[in-house]
Amino acid sequence: MIAIIDYGAGNLFSVKNALEYIGLSYTITNAPEEINKAGGIILPGVGAFPAAMQMLKSHNLVEILQAQAQKKPFLGICLGMQMLFEQSEEFGITAGLSLIPGRVVPMRPQGLKIPHMGWNELVVSHPSPLLAGVSSGAYVYFVHSFCAACEDDYIAAYCEYGQKVPALVQKGYVFGAQFHPEKSGEVGLLMLKNFGGLL
Amino acid sequence: MLAKRIIPCLDVRDGRVVKGVNFIGIQDVGDPVECAKMYGRQGADEITFLDITATHEGRKTMLDVVERTARQVFVPLTVGGGIRTTEDMRALLRAGADKISINSAAVRDPSLVQQAADQFGSQCVVVAIDARKNQTGGYSVVINGGRIDTGLDAVKWAQQVYKLGAGEILLTSMDADGTKNGFDLPMLNAVCEQVGIPVIASGGCGCLEHFSQVFLQTKADAALAASLFHYRELTVGQVKAHLRENQIPVR
Repeated sequence: MIAIIDYGAGNLFSVKNALEYIGLSYTITNAPEEINKAGGIILPGVGAFPAAMQMLKSHNLVEILQAQAQKKPFLGICLGMQMLFEQSEEFGITAGLSLIPGRVVPMRPQGLKIPHMGWNELVVSHPSPLLAGVSSGAYVYFVHSFCAACEDDYIAAYCEYGQKVPALVQKGYVFGAQFHPEKSGEVGLLMLKNFGGLL
Repeated sequence: MLAKRIIPCLDVRDGRVVKGVNFIGIQDVGDPVECAKMYGRQGADEITFLDITATHEGRKTMLDVVERTARQVFVPLTVGGGIRTTEDMRALLRAGADKISINSAAVRDPSLVQQAADQFGSQCVVVAIDARKNQTGGYSVVINGGRIDTGLDAVKWAQQVYKLGAGEILLTSMDADGTKNGFDLPMLNAVCEQVGIPVIASGGCGCLEHFSQVFLQTKADAALAASLFHYRELTVGQVKAHLRENQIPVR
């Protein structure tokens, strides 16, 4: 059972649809007991970093997510991925969940449009269980204006958009996808299946 | 590198695809969900539903269509047609749409673009602009299927919606639409130069070369087509193979 964290912001329904389609059981929840019981956690997110962190706080989810991330596979998607880091520079400095060392910074791709929106090619740089069956050159769907700045060791795959953009980050069983696996066709569904396989 | 996107558009009336004929291997050619699934299999980068329903009941049906499609198709889904308020948008987004396309309603009340961007984020706000060449050599925005000339300059309107927070512009040339003579490259260039958001080219494509032309000769980020794909004159796969041969990055 995967707990999709419901904190009032996020692409809950598309994540739910994708899990349903590939046959993974899930619950949409913000209840501590359900999160504790779950075999894995998915933290979705769309919108601005400070507002989303505030919502996690107001639902008393920060500590429980930090604790549970040490115990079971955890996947942050898009803004949910960015919240895995120590802090973000979006609208001032806001602390994140600090599950992966690094911060979130505005993208400044020379001469390219912001947001980075559309299908971009993954370059695999470290092995990852989520990338089983996925190779460099696979396209996934991105929509974002900020990106992670972290050590290369934590980057399993990146893409090129005027700069090197961390696409899939990981530390142990904490994973973060800057792209939307639930909107990335077969490749994205495969990664979600791989995540389900870790439970 | 970011791929150029190919977007099939399905015209939907009262929950059924209009024009959908001759599809091979589809159980129900009138069912938008089945058509969307087929385009998904062909490699569509996004799917757009244009709701041409006139009735309130038909609009509710659209929510059901979106919901059923979002359960089975895992690429971004855009819905346009008759959307007037942020409440309309919220309902469609909740049903599973990823982006909302607004046209006449934005012309009537430009603040709608900003409200939508504030509430849902720019990434889900597409402003559709239908335009036609005018006597001064510029382009005028038209609404109601081209029946009403608003007098607005298309390039200025594009800049305005960009500043108001639109995430993308879907630019249809009413001169080129239906001609199959190719996209309106000068108009696309005029708009692409002036906005910092993606522009989707629409109207006029009739063959493979028109797709490579639009990406080689303009800065358009995506191309949208309806009848060309409906009538199986081309498949999304064929378009992409052609673009790949021309060194244009596609998924």
